[in-house]
Amino acid sequence: MKNYPPRFPLRFFRWFCHPKLRDSIEGDLMELYEERRIKSGKLKADAHFVKDVLLLFRPAIIKPTEGTERLNTFGMYKSYFKIGWRNLAKNKGYSLINIGGLALGMGMALVIGLWVFDELSFNKYHENYSRIAQVMKGGSFEGKHYVGQTSLPFPLIDELKNNYGANFKHIVPASWKSDAVLSIQDKKISKVGMFIGEDAPEMLTFKMIYGTWKALTDMNSIMISESTSEALFGDSDPLNQIVKINGEREATIMGVYEDFPKNTAFHGVQFFRPWEFLVSDGAWMKQQGWDNHFLEIFAEIQPHATFESTTANIINAEATAIKDLAYMKDELKYNYEILLLPMHDWHLRADFKEGVLQSGPMQLVWFIGSIGVFVLLLACINFMNLSTARSEKRAKEVGIRKAIGSIRRQLIGQFLSESFLVAVFAFVIAIACVFVSLPWFNNLSGKEMNMPLTEPWFWISSFIFLFITGLLAGSYPALYLSSFKPVSVLKGVFRAGRSASLPRKILVVVQFTVSVMLIICTGVIYNQLVFVKNRPVGYDRDGLLMIPKKSGDFNTKAETLKAELKNSGAVTEVAESGGEVTNVWSHNSGFSKNGVVVDKDRGLATLQVSHDFGKTVGWKFVEGRDFSKDIASDSEGFVINEAAVKFMDLTNPSGQVIHWKNGPWQVDKDFVILGVIKDMVMDSPFEPVKPTIYFTMGWKGWLMLRVTPGMPMQEALPKIEKVFNNVIPDIPFDYKFASTEYAAKFSTEDRIGKLAAVFAILAIIISCLGLFGLASFVAEQRTKEIGVRKILGASVANLWQMLSKEFVILVVLSCIIAAPLSYYILYNGIKQYEYKTEMGWWIFAYATVGALVITLLTVSYQSVRAALANPVNSLRSE
Amino acid sequence: MKKYQLGEFEEVVMLTVGILYDEAYGVSIKKEIESRLKRGVSVGALQTALRRLEDKGYLKSREGEATEERAGRPKKYFIITAYGKKAMEYTRITREELWSAIPKVALDVKMT
Repeated sequence: MKNYPPRFPLRFFRWFCHPKLRDSIEGDLMELYEERRIKSGKLKADAHFVKDVLLLFRPAIIKPTEGTERLNTFGMYKSYFKIGWRNLAKNKGYSLINIGGLALGMGMALVIGLWVFDELSFNKYHENYSRIAQVMKGGSFEGKHYVGQTSLPFPLIDELKNNYGANFKHIVPASWKSDAVLSIQDKKISKVGMFIGEDAPEMLTFKMIYGTWKALTDMNSIMISESTSEALFGDSDPLNQIVKINGEREATIMGVYEDFPKNTAFHGVQFFRPWEFLVSDGAWMKQQGWDNHFLEIFAEIQPHATFESTTANIINAEATAIKDLAYMKDELKYNYEILLLPMHDWHLRADFKEGVLQSGPMQLVWFIGSIGVFVLLLACINFMNLSTARSEKRAKEVGIRKAIGSIRRQLIGQFLSESFLVAVFAFVIAIACVFVSLPWFNNLSGKEMNMPLTEPWFWISSFIFLFITGLLAGSYPALYLSSFKPVSVLKGVFRAGRSASLPRKILVVVQFTVSVMLIICTGVIYNQLVFVKNRPVGYDRDGLLMIPKKSGDFNTKAETLKAELKNSGAVTEVAESGGEVTNVWSHNSGFSKNGVVVDKDRGLATLQVSHDFGKTVGWKFVEGRDFSKDIASDSEGFVINEAAVKFMDLTNPSGQVIHWKNGPWQVDKDFVILGVIKDMVMDSPFEPVKPTIYFTMGWKGWLMLRVTPGMPMQEALPKIEKVFNNVIPDIPFDYKFASTEYAAKFSTEDRIGKLAAVFAILAIIISCLGLFGLASFVAEQRTKEIGVRKILGASVANLWQMLSKEFVILVVLSCIIAAPLSYYILYNGIKQYEYKTEMGWWIFAYATVGALVITLLTVSYQSVRAALANPVNSLRSE
Repeated sequence: MKKYQLGEFEEVVMLTVGILYDEAYGVSIKKEIESRLKRGVSVGALQTALRRLEDKGYLKSREGEATEERAGRPKKYFIITAYGKKAMEYTRITREELWSAIPKVALDVKMT
């Protein structure tokens, strides 16, 4: 090798040169080198060689940077997709089932994903989301620690501002939401609004249409929402216009903000008025001490502080402040704490049962989310099932590919690329379906969800989602199919044995277990709903109108109003009460009998009513009598419900004397129990009725109207409205139906029930699609066997039985698994309702029978068709 | 008529391939040009030109025998295609047209 050119330049040449040219040019170089070496010696030849190599280093000779092999793989992938596409087109039925099922699963997962996202992004509209908290109160009662009281005493505002102000960027007091009538000239509308501290717009980052965040600094100002502004002023700029509130006060519009979206806590608040106005208007407020809780406080903590550290600083704010106050001496034992409820917990973790922070809604979100994952899993299982079932058809292909030289990795790649192809098709269909069905789903779930089609994160996560689905659905078939031994499949002895169909069977069982569980859950939820809806409510809610008194006129003109209403013929009874019949607003304590406290320190629900309230709502007496207008002493009487009798341990309650001592009510006297009524369901119909006391004293903010029985609403309402417009023209006629309000109590449960039903139906459809495909495959596979059996005398019924049996056994097995599982889940879920139905065995029976019927129907179509086929056709070929 | 692109060096290479006829491969072309035109030709420049001509379809190549002095590497022989011939003719005709278009005077002046 003495005559060899220098090694490094040669190697360099070989490295950069285009492979096609390499050999011939290298030959030329060698020839020249040899010649020069003989003519002028090795040294010169070497130098020449180096020069030549360097001069060869030019674009035309250098190999392209992306390499020449890449082209080959591209062709390979192209062929993968082409073969995949041809396979899809060849078996249109299977492809339809495969893609359709996967699309359905994906669509559902997508919708559920959107829903979960919407739930988790609640309140994120506010830019300071991560630093806003609601101030709440906790304490210890009877050895138990309670948190979650959001209604707070007035002096706490100043206490926090003056002594703990450094912990907060903003402290914003707020009133509860309430209705008010806004009017300009002759236009008047009723809107929900609240009083709030002047820092609120900045803290909650209102999106201003007109005006600035400083709009609430003037005491007589008002901020209105965009929709309110449009309703009152159209498109024009309403700044500095004057609106009348409830026909009495005037306020100047200083700002218009964009309406809060549905997934915020302040959604639906159509106007804000300054807190300062409320304080200066109601002198009584400043006189309230630590013992009256009637306002809310929101706060934003300092930028670098955490909620924990801030809470630690303020936790004793109330305890310190009331230490030396004589009137609070009795309450020191409760160890009041001032706590913060971060905004991110308002929606999903602010469920206080017995004063303990619950995470019920959060669990629901995860539950629904896991259903989504489950449904997607079902769809993927289908896909795997069908692909492996068809494996025998593709076995030859795999064998040939392997014989020609495909390595296993390439085959896995091929099958994966096919599954990606299907996944992409399914995804496109799913997106289209979701797009179409989203309004309907929004309606069902009471949400305002949109497809965030313009957001890059949506596409990125969709892509990841697609990738995972493709991988999930394609991994098993890819691994399974690529494991075939070419020798055995090409020889034709390949038969998917018992072990091959086992995983397929397991997949079917898993799928049907999930479906049957969903059916059972839906059944139980519906059963529970129907059960609670049929619960006796203790009064007559049909034809009962509830009207809030929105101005003083309701009281000054009360008698006229009553007379006119009765004269109109549309109303038989008119009464007043302290609140709606469909809600419990107030709880009071201080009830005792013979010096013994009977309210167990927890207080009883109370409702102030007029004499004719009972007649109007139609409550029913168990014993005793109703209030009477003619007996003056009835103002010192109570009507109580059965729950209260039980709660206070009374025997023969009528005529017994209860002593009531209460600060805010300014009472300290004896009351006589006049009568006991049947329990009226005022609060949640899922819970036991609260022990309630009804009495005639006190302020009454609502009118109750009993519409003439038998008169249709559309006839009665205009008459009633006319009377109101005549007597109180300043206030628009606004009313609530007791029946509607009552029905609204079921909205959450109704929603869950409907959603569960939709999910169950979709899951069943997906499972059946899979089963259908599988059954048709099995039938096809056994065509010859069926032909032979028929010739030997098997009847159609025999064959049908033979083909269906396998699937029926699988479905029965999954029902057996599903029943105890769903019983366990439902038992825990339904436990939270006090008023609950039994989970009858018949629900499980129905679900099982239903699943079996559906299975048989699905499978029979295929098996009967196979059994009816003429054996000549199946045996002729060969 | 379609345009035929042929640079000066490319034309020389084409002509040389024509001269060598059946014996035109890298080294022989290089030597032929060097001896006839008395100018040095680098392997790089030559190979680039050959490659370009092949891409244009003026030349086509075939693998030849491998000899010992080439360390077992095959020779790559080039021959002119019909298309290449047309290109050469086109170049020649345009040259001649240009020549004939020059007025005698111009050349005379230059000669003196």
